[in-house]
Amino acid sequence: MAVLVLIGAMLATVLVKAWPSFSHNGLSWFGPGGNVDTQLRAMAESKALPGHSLYYFRGWTLIWGTLLTTVGAVLIALVVSMLAAVFLTEFAPPAIRRVLDPVIRLLAGVPSVIYGLIGILVIAPYIDEHWISNARRVSVGYVVQLNGNDVMTATLILTLMILPIMVAITASALASVPAAWREGSLALGVNRWRTIWRVSLRTARPAIAAATVLATARALGEAVMLAMVAGGRGFAPNLLDGITALFEPVRPLAATILQNDEGLTIPALSHTIYAIAAVLLVSAGMLSFAGWFAKQRFNRYGIRA
Amino acid sequence: MAATELAPAPPAGSVIARAPRDRTASWPLIDRVGYWLCWAVGIGLCLVALAIVAFMAVKGLSYLSLGQLVHSPAPSVVQSQSGGFLDPIEGTLIVAALGTSIAAPLGVAIAVWLSEYRRPSWLARTVESAIEIVAGAPSVVLALFGLLIFAQSFLGFLSQRAATGVVNGRSFFAAGAVMALLALPLIVASTREGLAQLPDRLREASYALGRTRATTIRRILLSAVRPDIATGTALGMGRIIGDTAIIKILLGAGLTLQPVGQTPVAGLLRGTGPTLTTYIYENSPAGEGLAPQKAYAAAFVLLLIVLGLNGIVTWLTSRGGQSGGGGLNRAFRLIPFMPNPSG
Amino acid sequence: MDPMMPPPVRRIAVDRHPYVAPAQPAGNGHGPAAAAVATPAARLRAARAPVARVRERMRVESLWLAYGENWVVRDVSLPVRQGEVLAMIGASGSGKTTLLRSLNRLTEVTAGAARSGRITLDGQDIHELEVNELRRRVTMVFQQPNPFPMSIFDNVAYALAERPGRGGRRRRRSPAIEHAVDDALHRAGLYDEVAGDLDRSALRLSGGQQQRLCIARALAAEPEVLLLDEPCSALDPISTATIEELIVGLRESVAIVIVTHNLQQAFRVADHVAFMHLGELVEYGTSEQVFDRPATQRTRDYISGAFG
Repeated sequence: MAVLVLIGAMLATVLVKAWPSFSHNGLSWFGPGGNVDTQLRAMAESKALPGHSLYYFRGWTLIWGTLLTTVGAVLIALVVSMLAAVFLTEFAPPAIRRVLDPVIRLLAGVPSVIYGLIGILVIAPYIDEHWISNARRVSVGYVVQLNGNDVMTATLILTLMILPIMVAITASALASVPAAWREGSLALGVNRWRTIWRVSLRTARPAIAAATVLATARALGEAVMLAMVAGGRGFAPNLLDGITALFEPVRPLAATILQNDEGLTIPALSHTIYAIAAVLLVSAGMLSFAGWFAKQRFNRYGIRA
Repeated sequence: MAATELAPAPPAGSVIARAPRDRTASWPLIDRVGYWLCWAVGIGLCLVALAIVAFMAVKGLSYLSLGQLVHSPAPSVVQSQSGGFLDPIEGTLIVAALGTSIAAPLGVAIAVWLSEYRRPSWLARTVESAIEIVAGAPSVVLALFGLLIFAQSFLGFLSQRAATGVVNGRSFFAAGAVMALLALPLIVASTREGLAQLPDRLREASYALGRTRATTIRRILLSAVRPDIATGTALGMGRIIGDTAIIKILLGAGLTLQPVGQTPVAGLLRGTGPTLTTYIYENSPAGEGLAPQKAYAAAFVLLLIVLGLNGIVTWLTSRGGQSGGGGLNRAFRLIPFMPNPSG
Repeated sequence: MDPMMPPPVRRIAVDRHPYVAPAQPAGNGHGPAAAAVATPAARLRAARAPVARVRERMRVESLWLAYGENWVVRDVSLPVRQGEVLAMIGASGSGKTTLLRSLNRLTEVTAGAARSGRITLDGQDIHELEVNELRRRVTMVFQQPNPFPMSIFDNVAYALAERPGRGGRRRRRSPAIEHAVDDALHRAGLYDEVAGDLDRSALRLSGGQQQRLCIARALAAEPEVLLLDEPCSALDPISTATIEELIVGLRESVAIVIVTHNLQQAFRVADHVAFMHLGELVEYGTSEQVFDRPATQRTRDYISGAFG
C-alpha cells in the first residue's frame, strides 16, 4: 500500500540525507568538542572553521542537553504520576474525581506552544528573579549568561506536559486490578496504602512501563516548548556545579532542528540537521523496542499488560 | 415464607453508621507519608491545571478584542496595538481541513483493511508497525521528511519555485499532507477499536443474507462505527491544530497569507501563511517577540478551540454507539497513538 | 418392564463413588444423621479425633447490620469457639455471608453500612481495636481462590510484617520467614506438593491448590480465628475433601467459622451449626441437635430441602 511505501521512504531518505554529516565526522559526531553554536553558525555562513571541514560538528552538547531535560522530566513524572494515579483511583472522594478527570484530559490537549508561552513569559522570569541569585550569576558569568531559560524551567514544564498521559494510563491500569486481590489483601490485615503499593501498583507495572516509554518518546520529540524555554544556547551544564547547573541553558536536539530550519537550503547545515533528525528517529525506535521488552519481562507472574 | 415474624428494628439510639474512612492514624509512618503525598499531588495537579486555564483566560481576555478576530496582521510601529489575527485563524482552518480530509478517508480505509481483511498477514503486521512508527516519531522529523518530498521538482506544482528553479517545498499543501500523517494513527486506532467492539453476529447476519463483504462494510459496519470515526477525527484535528513544529518548518514564519499565482483556491494552498500556533510563537520572545499581548490573545483563542474539540470528543464518547461510557478510559485507550508533542 | 422395550445391550456396573453420599430420604423427615450410621458422612464424623479444650474466642451480641435501608442481619447472638468448627447455613440472602464479613470488619469497606450491637474478640470490642490488627487476628478465605500474582513464597509471606524481599529469583529470605512459610504450608497441607519450587507463580496452581494456598496465606500470620466463605464451592470433590480434612484438623489451634451452602459439607465438618433465615438466627446448636432434632419447623424444612 502506498502508505507503507511512504513511511519506508521516510526512514530511508532521512538516513540518506543525514549520511554526509556522519561520514565527515565519524563517531565523534556524538562527542564533545568546541562550541556547537559556533559550529552551526559556521555552517550557516558557509565558512569553515579554521582547521576543520565545513561539516565539522560535535553533537555531544545537544545530546547532553536532551538527556538532562528528558531524563529529568521522565523521572519526576514517573513519581508524580504514580502518586496522582493512586490518588485518582483510590483516595479521591467522588467530587474531586469528577473534577480531576476532565482536568487531566484538558492538560493533555493543551498545545505545546501555549506551554512554551507560559514558560517564557511567566515561569522563566520568575525563576530569573527569585531563584537565581546574583552570586550564582557572577560565578558562571565568565562562561554564560543566566536568565530564566534553563534546564530547570524546561524540565518542569516538560514534566507537566508528559504527566497527563502517564497518569491516565496508570490510573486505567490501577482501576482494572481485580477487586478480589484488593479485598484479599485487606482481609489479611494489610492497610490500604500497602495493599496499593504491593498489589495494585505491582500489577500495574507493565502499564507503567508502557506509559514511561510513551512519555519519553514525547519528551524526546518535544521541539517547540523547549525551543522557547530551554535557553537556546549550546551549553553543556556540568552537574558537578551543583544547583547552579540547573539554571544553565541547554539546547535539546529537537529544539535545535526547529531553531535552524531556515538553514535547510544550505547543504552542510541541512545535512547536519538531518543527522540530528536521524538520531531522534533512531532513539524513538529504540524506545519502542525497550517498551516491548519491558512488557515481556513483566508477563512472568501472570500479570497481563 | 411469611415475613411477618421478623424482629422489629434495633433499640433506638444504638445504631452506628460508619462511612469507610481510612483511619490512617494507626499506620506506620512511611505509609502515612505516602498517603499524604498522594493527596498533595492530587490536589496540586488540580490547582496547577486550573491555574493555567485561569491565567490564560485572564491574560487572553484582557488583550483580546473582537476586532482582532477579523483583521489581518498589519505591520506597525506600535506593535501591541496593531492588527489582528484573521490570517492565522484562516491558516489554522486551512491546515486542519486539509489534514483531516486526507487523513480521514485514508485512515478509515486502512482501519477497515486491517480489521476485516488482513491479507497477506505479513503486510498487515508491517502496516501496523509502520503506523506505530509514525505515531511515535517526533513531529519535527515528520516535517523534515515532508520538506524533502515536497522539495522534489516533480512536486513543484504544489508549492512555489524560486527564481533559480529550486522548489521551495513550503506550502499549505505540504503542511496539510504532513499533518495528515499526524492525524492518521489516531483515526486508524479509533476506527479499529470501534470495529473490534462490534459483535461478530452483525457481520454474520449480513453475510447470511447474501451480502458481499464490501457491501457489509460499507453499509453496516461503517455506519455503526461512525461515532468512533468522528472521535478519531476530532482527536486528530486537535493534534493538527496544536502543532507548531510542522507549520514552522513547512510554512515559514510569515504573518500574512501569501498565495502563489492567481487561481483562487489552488493559489492559496500553494502559498504560505501563518497559523495560530506560529503566530503565537513569533509574537513571543522566542520569535520576533515584541507583542506578548497579541500572543496571549491568540493563545486564548487557540485554547478555546482546543477545549471545544475536547468537549466534542467527550460528548461523542459518552453517547457513542456500541461502546459508550468510561470517559477517561475510553479516550485514553487511544493514547498510545498520540504520544507526540504537538510541536 | 415394558415388553416392547428391547433388552439392555450390556449391563452397566453400578459404581458407588466413595465421596458422594446418596440422598437418603429418612423415614421420619429428619436429616442425614437419621439414616444408617454406615453413610460416608457419618463415618467421617465418627472418625474425627476429639479436641481436648474448647474455649470461647469471639462473641456476637445482638448484632444488627444494614446496607442502606434493609436490615440484613437481625439481632444475632452467637459465640465462636476455638477447638470447634462453626458452620453457618441458610438460603441465599439469609445474611450469613454478611455476618461472616462483619466478624473482621470487612463490611466497613462498603459505603452506607450501619450496625448496632457488639462483637468482641477475647473480650475486647472489635470496633475499638485497630482494624488491621484485628484482621491479622481474624483472617478470611474467600469463595473464589484469589492468590496474588506473585510466587508461592511471596503469597504466603505476604501478611508477615517484614518484607520478604522483591524481584528476581534470588530473594533475601530471613530464616524466620522461611520457617513461617513452611509451617503455614504444612498446616494447609500444601507443602508436599509445592516444596520443590516455591518461586513458581501462584497462578499456575490448580484451583484446589490455589485455595489451599489462600488458606496457608491466611494461616501464616497465626490468626486466632479463621473465616471461610464457601471455600469449596468453586472446587471439585477431591479438593473439597482435602480442604474439609484440613479444616477439621485445624480446629484445635484456630477457631473456624465456615459459611456453606452445602448441607452435607456442614454435617461433615461442623461441631456447631447456626441456621439463618432472612437475617435472623433461627437456630443455633450442635450439629447433632440441628440436623437430627431441629427445634423449629423452618429448620426442618430447610434441611429436608423444602426450600434453598
